Amino acid sequence: MFETFFPQLIGLCTGALLLTSALMVWRHSLLASIRLLALQGVALAALVAVIGIAEGESELGLVSLLILSVKGIGLPWVLAYQSKASIKQIQESTRLNPTAALLAVTLLSILSYVVVSRVFGLGDSSTGHAAPIGLAMVLIGFLLLISRRRARSQLIGFLVLDNGIATTTFLTSGGVPILLEFAVSLDVLLVVLILHVFTGRMRTKFGGTAVDQLRELHD
Amino acid sequence: MSFVLWIPLVGPLVFAALSLLLRGSSLRRFVGVAASSAVLVSGLFLISAVLNGDIPEGGGGILRADALSAYMLSVVGAVGLISTWGGLSSAASSRTKNAAGYEALIALFLAAMSLAVLADSIGLMWAAVEATTIATAFLVGHHRTRRSLEAAWKYVILGSVGVAIALLGIVLIYAASVGTDTPTLSWILLSQSTRGLDPALITAGGALAVLGFATKSGLAPMHSWLPDAHSQAPAPVSGLMSGVLLSVALYAILRIQSITNLVIGPEFLRTMLSIAGLLSLLVAASLLIRQRDYKRMLAYSSIEHMGLMAIGVAIGPAALPSVLLYILGHGLIKATLFVLSGRILKIEGTPVIADVRALLVRRPGLAIPWLIAMAAIVGFPPFSIFFSEVGIIMAGWSVGLGGVVGAALVLLLVIFAAFTRLTVQMTIGAPATTVPPSPQAFTPDYSTHGPILPIILALATTATIAFVAEPVGTLLLQATAVLGGTN
Repeated sequence: MFETFFPQLIGLCTGALLLTSALMVWRHSLLASIRLLALQGVALAALVAVIGIAEGESELGLVSLLILSVKGIGLPWVLAYQSKASIKQIQESTRLNPTAALLAVTLLSILSYVVVSRVFGLGDSSTGHAAPIGLAMVLIGFLLLISRRRARSQLIGFLVLDNGIATTTFLTSGGVPILLEFAVSLDVLLVVLILHVFTGRMRTKFGGTAVDQLRELHD
Repeated sequence: MSFVLWIPLVGPLVFAALSLLLRGSSLRRFVGVAASSAVLVSGLFLISAVLNGDIPEGGGGILRADALSAYMLSVVGAVGLISTWGGLSSAASSRTKNAAGYEALIALFLAAMSLAVLADSIGLMWAAVEATTIATAFLVGHHRTRRSLEAAWKYVILGSVGVAIALLGIVLIYAASVGTDTPTLSWILLSQSTRGLDPALITAGGALAVLGFATKSGLAPMHSWLPDAHSQAPAPVSGLMSGVLLSVALYAILRIQSITNLVIGPEFLRTMLSIAGLLSLLVAASLLIRQRDYKRMLAYSSIEHMGLMAIGVAIGPAALPSVLLYILGHGLIKATLFVLSGRILKIEGTPVIADVRALLVRRPGLAIPWLIAMAAIVGFPPFSIFFSEVGIIMAGWSVGLGGVVGAALVLLLVIFAAFTRLTVQMTIGAPATTVPPSPQAFTPDYSTHGPILPIILALATTATIAFVAEPVGTLLLQATAVLGGTN
């Protein structure tokens, strides 16, 4: 019963991951991006749970819960930690217009399919066939990091990159040892908290959070 | 013996907690010194164990101290001691609330670096390297000025993105091991030659992991965070980051290299590291010629030395003893220079080279150690950096990388000239005549403005260590053998 659903469930979860990444590139509102990030976290947790059930590993259930609490709830909550009214106003002014950005997303996705199938071969498992999604998310995360001007939007780019790495991990090797999983989650959480504090300091020192203002240090 | 493995991890954490608990006590300023001493002493204990043929393991195989790990741990401790002791804050300033966090973060930073060199799992090593970014983020932004905030932001973003790429690489290496009997991230298991790891995954994983750790070790073209972070951080933090954090990242590259070498041979990473090394030397040379800020000058010098070390790593086992000696010599001298630069900045109030003139006449107490350390960093004998550089260049010739080391030698000459010019500009010459002439202008200041003993120790160690064949030479050869080199 589950075996017939398994490829479809994997497809559904990875599809949701790719779709949320692409939508994040398209949407300019910060609140929308944060909600999409939360959705992506939930999709990642679901993916891990599906793989866990398929392989019969209870450890992955624990990892799935960890991801749900950190990436699905914790990090989006930290990012949105501000009054709802003011956060709705924040619009990102990107360096790319939406059409060009979406075109770039398409190209990056094709690129990652080509790279993964040429270099490693897709294999014959349904997880192997979905593996290029992870690389595509990493590349989309880079695109967000480069094209966004606001501190918090860059932070979202970093988190998409990190989700991409996690997706690659689960699709290629069914997860890393749980100790490492904890360490990675903790590290990401702390990095986000630190950057969040810096964003606050930036607001008081520079009167805004546009990263373009950081150009005093150069040679 | 295995309990010694826990001292460099638990000791600094205890001192960090003490720093937060000792409210308003001036004892707090010794937290960094105590933590570094704990790391250094345990490092020396582990070295003596290793030289007796023992390889201590702890925590069910999570921690492991072979010759390379023990050596790196001692380097972390020694450079930490010089940086924290030399940059000891005054009793009054150590009572503030800010100082508590500062000392605690320094101790955490030391613990994270110790974990990075002692971890057997490359996954745990990764997590520890990332933890160093976390510990140093607020240290770089410690002064809370606009500039330090900018430096800290760039540092954290570039550092964590770089290290995230390394994680992707490590994940692929793990995926390669899933195809074998026992999936593992243990370095000792991965570097057994008979495992049959998938070459395509190891190539991609190794390349990404090295790229990621190269970002953290300040190799061009991913170096752009380094001059900003080093110039804005407080002097002891710059000394620690430049002296050991970069080398700990290089250590990670060494471990990854020993895995990829077994599966795909040395050529692939050799090309990658040679390009990165030469590019780093080129970046350092071109930006040192017109440098105006002496802390940034030291930062570019770190890029230069890391570049040459990367070339040494590319050359392979023949150059590795020199590279390892280089790590110690560069760490100690760079920590000394950053400590001194912090004192000059405090007294003179300016980081601009052109504004600091005739230091030798006005403040010989600072200028003399500065000149000696500068001579050591540009590679004058008897300091060990000279012997390391010669060793790397000779090894390069012997394995047929003459073109690479030849180009490196030309760039080193340019850097040498640039350094000499900048140092002369700062130290030699007559003081500017002030109108009206102030009476203080011509009374030379012999004060060293801080503890002089750590500086003497660092200079004396680097001046003599290259001549000590036993046990230093034996240890370096053992450490090279750990990485699969027979030499």
